[in-house]
Amino acid sequence: MRAFEAEELPGKLIAVEGLDGSGKSTQIHLLHQWLKGKGYRVFFTEWNSSVLVREATKKGKKRQLLTPTTFSLIHATDFADRYERQMLPLLRAGYLVLCDRYMYTSFARDAVRGCDKAWLRNLYGFARVPDITFFFRLPLDVALGRILEGRPQLKYFEAGMDLGLSLDIAESFRIFQGRVLDQYLAMAEEFGFTVLDATRSVHAQQKEMRAIFQKRIDLAAFHKRFVQ
Amino acid sequence: MSPKRFYGISPAGIDVAKLSGQLIVIEGPDSSGRSTHIDLLAQWLEEQGYAVAQVGLKRSTLVGAELERAKEGNVLSPRTLSLFYATDFYDQFENRIVPALRAGFVVLADRYIYTLMARDIVRGAEPGWVASVYSMALVPDAVFYLVVSLNTLVERTFQSHLELGYWESGMDCGLSRDWFQSFVRYQKKIRNEFLKMQKLYGFQAVNANRAIPAVDRDLKVRIQQVLQRTE
Repeated sequence: MRAFEAEELPGKLIAVEGLDGSGKSTQIHLLHQWLKGKGYRVFFTEWNSSVLVREATKKGKKRQLLTPTTFSLIHATDFADRYERQMLPLLRAGYLVLCDRYMYTSFARDAVRGCDKAWLRNLYGFARVPDITFFFRLPLDVALGRILEGRPQLKYFEAGMDLGLSLDIAESFRIFQGRVLDQYLAMAEEFGFTVLDATRSVHAQQKEMRAIFQKRIDLAAFHKRFVQ
Repeated sequence: MSPKRFYGISPAGIDVAKLSGQLIVIEGPDSSGRSTHIDLLAQWLEEQGYAVAQVGLKRSTLVGAELERAKEGNVLSPRTLSLFYATDFYDQFENRIVPALRAGFVVLADRYIYTLMARDIVRGAEPGWVASVYSMALVPDAVFYLVVSLNTLVERTFQSHLELGYWESGMDCGLSRDWFQSFVRYQKKIRNEFLKMQKLYGFQAVNANRAIPAVDRDLKVRIQQVLQRTE
């Protein structure tokens, strides 16, 4: 099944990655709106959103049933469901597929939780490396500030409380996010992330993102065909 | 006490040196008599003073119910189904098998990673990928593989259900439109995978074409040896 990796597909795969609070979801939303408005074939998908798997994930998180291994596997199940039923068929059909978070989210978070890195990479071995992975780089304290000021209701797993880093949820979140950032930075080169400075204004970032996008992808090929 | 090891890497947070119980796996197709024999073994072990824990597939609190529902709808891709099963396996592994072994129980597993791997491989998964997914599983103290001829299998399946199940017949694999043909071909494919794994993982084959008491005696003799060896 890994043979797909080498196969040239008519579609293009674009992912955004970054810490909570880095603004990546806003940026990919704006990119999506722009591409839709221009009439391109485009599809958007989010981490942890498969209808089939979501119930189990929700239950696991709520009851705090998840271990590092099952946390990782349940997200991989969600990813595989979306990948095989939506992302891959749409790439074959010549779509621009936009992903809010991709396997690198798992590589970063699950490694912090103690999962073996080689095991994680093999787990996602069936997934294509995106044509562009935008990484929204932000100093840790800025990202933390954005989250901790605006959204004080942190969730258990989101704050890495399962790691026992601190009994204080905000403190646990700080330590956890710091470690996740280290993992991302270490991966930036390995996976050829396109690093964007996320401290700038939303508009300035979006302009740069669109410029890079246009340079790297031949958009003319993605105009909607008129079907009678 | 038996020294334990994992097939590959150890899962985060599990100290293998503290696992003092024994893990005994019974593998074999549906209608090979697995659950009957496990019940008999559990009773016998408890009579001898061993604490017993029984585990199986698709029984996890985390995803057991969702997995059952997803299978009814038959809408999951093979890889999603295989990862769902892996989640179910590790949930039970970390939350039931490992704690029971730590407490010194004899764990009787009604199937283990081998069935899961064989099913995935028959459905086109790369053997290397599957082996890596399950590489954090503990190597059991013994694996007994109940071998039943195809004729016996068909006969027993009809005796107990009067019909062939969708998944046990591999109807999702497109082997044949004929249900019976598909069952035969699918079971042969699964068996071939098991034969390959038998050498690789050192299963003990048990002839389960025989009457229940004969197979039961056979299993007890062999398990007695395992217990003597590992205590």
